[in-house]
Amino acid sequence: MSPPLLRAVEGEQSDVSLVASSPTVDSISQNGSGLKERNYMGLSDCSSVDSSAVSSLSEEKNNNLNLKATELRLGLPGSQSPERSLLNTGKLDEKSLFPLLPSKEGICSSIQKNVVSGNKRGFSDTMDGFSEVKNSVYTAGNWMFNAASESESPQSVEQGKFPGNSGMNVVLSSRPSGAQSSIMKEFPGNLLQEHHRATIGTSHDHKTVSNNNSSAPAPKAQVVGWPPIRSFRKNSLATTSKNNDEVDGKPGPGVLFVKVSMDGAPYQRKVDLRLYAAYQELSTALEKMFSCFTIGQCGSRGAPGKEMMSESKLRDLLHGSEYVLTYEDKDGDWMLVGDVPWEMFIDSCKRLKIMKGSDAIGLAPRAVEKSTNRI
Amino acid sequence: MNYFPDEVLEHVFDFLTSHRDRNAVSLVCSLWYRVERFSRQRVFIGNCYAISPEKLITRFPGLKSLTLKGKPHFADFNLVPYDWGGYVQPWIEALAKSRIGLEELRLKRMVVSDDSLELLSRSFANFKTLVLVSCEGFTTDGLAAIAANCRFLRELDLQENEIDDHSGHWLSCFPDSCTSLTSLNFACLKGEINLASLERLVARSPNLRSLRLNRAVPLETLQKILMRAPLLVDLGTGSYVHDPDSETYNKLKTTILKCKSIRNLSGFLEVAPRCLPAIFPICLNLTSLNLSYAAGIHGSELIKLIRHCAKLQRLWILDCIGDKGLEVVASTCNELQELRVFPSDPFGVGHDAVTENGLVAISIGCPKLHSLLYFCQQMTNAALITVARNCPNFIRFRLCILDPTRPDPVTMKPLDDGFGAIVQSCKLLRRLSLSGLLTDQVFLYIGMYAEQLEMLSVAFAGDSDKGMLYVLNGCKKLRKLEIRDCPFGNMALLSDVGKYETMRSLWMSSCEVTLWGCKTLAKVMPRLNVEIINEHDQMEICAEDGQRVEKMYLYRTLVGPRKDAPEFVWNL
Repeated sequence: MSPPLLRAVEGEQSDVSLVASSPTVDSISQNGSGLKERNYMGLSDCSSVDSSAVSSLSEEKNNNLNLKATELRLGLPGSQSPERSLLNTGKLDEKSLFPLLPSKEGICSSIQKNVVSGNKRGFSDTMDGFSEVKNSVYTAGNWMFNAASESESPQSVEQGKFPGNSGMNVVLSSRPSGAQSSIMKEFPGNLLQEHHRATIGTSHDHKTVSNNNSSAPAPKAQVVGWPPIRSFRKNSLATTSKNNDEVDGKPGPGVLFVKVSMDGAPYQRKVDLRLYAAYQELSTALEKMFSCFTIGQCGSRGAPGKEMMSESKLRDLLHGSEYVLTYEDKDGDWMLVGDVPWEMFIDSCKRLKIMKGSDAIGLAPRAVEKSTNRI
Repeated sequence: MNYFPDEVLEHVFDFLTSHRDRNAVSLVCSLWYRVERFSRQRVFIGNCYAISPEKLITRFPGLKSLTLKGKPHFADFNLVPYDWGGYVQPWIEALAKSRIGLEELRLKRMVVSDDSLELLSRSFANFKTLVLVSCEGFTTDGLAAIAANCRFLRELDLQENEIDDHSGHWLSCFPDSCTSLTSLNFACLKGEINLASLERLVARSPNLRSLRLNRAVPLETLQKILMRAPLLVDLGTGSYVHDPDSETYNKLKTTILKCKSIRNLSGFLEVAPRCLPAIFPICLNLTSLNLSYAAGIHGSELIKLIRHCAKLQRLWILDCIGDKGLEVVASTCNELQELRVFPSDPFGVGHDAVTENGLVAISIGCPKLHSLLYFCQQMTNAALITVARNCPNFIRFRLCILDPTRPDPVTMKPLDDGFGAIVQSCKLLRRLSLSGLLTDQVFLYIGMYAEQLEMLSVAFAGDSDKGMLYVLNGCKKLRKLEIRDCPFGNMALLSDVGKYETMRSLWMSSCEVTLWGCKTLAKVMPRLNVEIINEHDQMEICAEDGQRVEKMYLYRTLVGPRKDAPEFVWNL
C-alpha cells in the first residue's frame, strides 16, 4: 500500500510515510550532491563530467526553491494581500513537507520496496546519466535568462530567482520562427524537444517584450495534439469556416484530415494534408505510416514472427511502382496523385488510397511510369 | 448485520443513485455486497480494460444500464493511434449471450462497428437508450439497424462521433410503429438526410423532447418540425440559413413563439446572422446555449443574442465573442455555472480572441461559475488570483493558453502563482488543466492544496521529477493523470508505485520516462497494465532500456494484459 502523504498544513509530519516516500525525492533533489555522497546511483561513474554541473545546479535549485517556498504569497507582487493569512500559519517550510535534507543512514536501505531489484548498479547503469543531464539542461534552458544584465553566472539562472528580479527579462514569448520550427510534428527522443522552450537568439530589451504584447504572434508551427481540441471539432470548424471564409476572403483554416487506405491493410489512417507543402512530403509521411504492412501480408494482431517491412523497402516498392497513390476528388472520381498543383490537390482531395500498381493501370494509361517519376 | 431482511436493505439501497455510494455500500460486508449486486441496475466502467464483460455479468445479473469508456482522454487530440483499441464488440457479444436485459448503453471514445450495432439492436428486446460520444468505426448502416430493430427505442444520442455517412435512408428505417422516441441527436452526421422521413418521424413521436439536427436539415424543415413538436425542451438547429424577408422565415418566427419549453439551444452549424432575431423570444428562457459550432456568427451578433439570455446557466461559445462580449455575458448571465470558450481559429492569429480580461469580467459577474474551459491568447497571474477570489466554487477549471508555454505577459513570470491561487481558493476543485509557462512550483501548490482533485492534465510544464512527485504525493483523490511533454522521468514514475492502483490511469507522452522505468514498474505491479505505444520506432525486443518512451499509458486492471492490442502497443 502506498504510504499516505504529508500533512503540511497542520504542521504534522508523519515521519514514517515521509521516510518511505522520500528517499527517491532525496535522491532527485540532491541529484549530484546526494548521489555523490552516497554514490548508490552510481552516476558519478557514468557521467562524471556533467554530474558536477548537475549537482551544483540542483543544490542551488533546492535552496532557492526553499526560499521561494517561504516567500509564498498569493497577492500581487508587492502587495500585502489578506490572502496571506489563508496560508499555513507560520512559514511554509518546504522542508517540512519533503525532507530534502540528506537524511539518516537508514534511508538508503529503505528505498522504495519495489524499485530495488537487488542490483542497484543495474539501475544506475541504465538510469541514463544523460537523462539526468537532460533534466538539468532542460531546467537551465527553461528560462534562458540573458545573464549579461546581471552579474550572476549561468548557474544561478533558474526558476527560484523570479520573486525579486527586476532586471531579468524573459522573452520566452518572442518566438522567432526558427525556434518555432523546432517544434516538430513528432518528437524524436532528443534534446530538441526540451529546447523548444528555449528561445533562440532572443534579445533582452523591453522593446521586444512590448512588441510581443502589441503585435500579433507569429503563426505557430503545429504541435501534435495542441491546442487540445477534439479533432471532430477541429474538422468541423475547418469545414464551416471554409464555407464562410470563401465569402470573407480570409485564409483557410489549419487542418484537413483525410482518410488514407491501403489495399490489404487491416485498418486505415488519417493524415492532415495541411501539414505538408508538397507531394514529396506527403509521400514520405505515407511511407512512414504504412511501412508496417507487407504486400498481402497484413500484420495481424499479436501474430508472432510476422515480417516487418522497413520504410525503405516500401519506398522501393512505391518507386518500383508496386503501389500507386490515388485520391478521390470532390466529384467522386479516383484520380492519380500528382497531376495538379499541390494547392489544387488539397482543395479537391476527399480521401486517399494506396492502390496496387496492377489495379491502377486502368486509372491512367501510363500510371506506372508516372508514379515512378512523381513520387 | 442481520437486523433487516434483504428486501429492506434493497429498498434502502434504491435511494442510492450515485455509483460511488453503491460501490461504497458493497464494501461494508458480504451481506451488503450480495444485496447490492443483485439490485444494481446501473454500472459505470471508466476504463473498459479494467474489467471483463464476463465478470461484469457475473456480478450484476440485474444490469440494465451500462456506461463504458475506452480510449484515454488524449485520444481526443490525436495522441493515440487509430487502432489502439477500445472495442465494444466483445462487450455486446458477451451481454448478448447472457440473460442480461440491457436497456441502456452509453459509450465514450470507443470503437463501435456496424456489426456491433446490429448485434446490439437484435439482442435486447427492451433496448431503450443509445448514447455514443466521440466514438468511431461505424456508419449510418449501423444506425439503420438500431432504428429498424429497437422497437422501444427512446434515445439515440450521437455526440461528436466520426461516422461514415452512406446515405440518409437510416431515418426511414424507423418503423411506423415506433412512437417512443424522446431524444434524437444526429448533429454530427455529415451527410444528407431524408427530410420527409424526418418530418414523419417527429410527427409520430409525441414524447420527443430533445432533437438535434445536422447540417443537412434546412430552415424550412426546421419550421415544419417545430410545428409538430412544440413541447421540445432541447433543440439543435441544422442549417439556419434563409432569406429573412421570406415567408418561410416569417412562419418560423411565429412557430417559435409557440415553443415555450425550449431550454437548451445548440447547432447553427451554418447560420445567416440576420435570421437570428427569430430565436430571441426563446432566449429569455434558455438555460443552456451552445454556439461553439456557430462559426458564422460574429462578435456583435453574438453579443446581441446573448443580451437576451438572462437565465443562462451553461454557455459554450467561440472566442470570436472577444473580451467585450464576455463582459456582456458577465453583466447579463448572472446565473452562469458553466462556461466554455473554444478557439475559432486554433492555429492562426486570433484577432478576436479572448484574454485574461474576459475571464476576470466573467468571474465578477458570474459568482456561481463552477465549470470552466477557456482557450485564450494569454493569461496573467493577477487575473487568475482575482478569478480565484471571485469564484471559489470551481469544480472544473481548464485553462488552455494557445501558446503552450507562454508566461504572464505583464510580469513575464510563470503562471505558478495564478494556478496556485486557484487550487488554494477552490477547495472543491476536481478537475484541473494547466497551461502557460509553469515550473515545479505550481505542482507544489497543487499537491498542497488540491485535496479533492481527481483529474489533472499537464502539458509543457515543470522542471524536474519533483513536479510530478508533488502531485502524486499530495493529491490523495487523484484518479486520472495525463502528462505530455514534461521533464518527468523514471524517478517520479517509480517513487510511489502503489499510488497507481488507487488511480484509474496515468498517461505520459514525450516525457523522460525510459523503457527501463516502464518495465520496472510493470514487473512490480502485476495489476497494472503498462502499455507502450510506439508508432514509428518499432520497438523490438532488443530495444534499449535506456531509450525514452514516446507514449506510455498505464491503468489498473483486474484482468491482466488485453488481448486485442495492436502491434504498436506493447504491454510490458
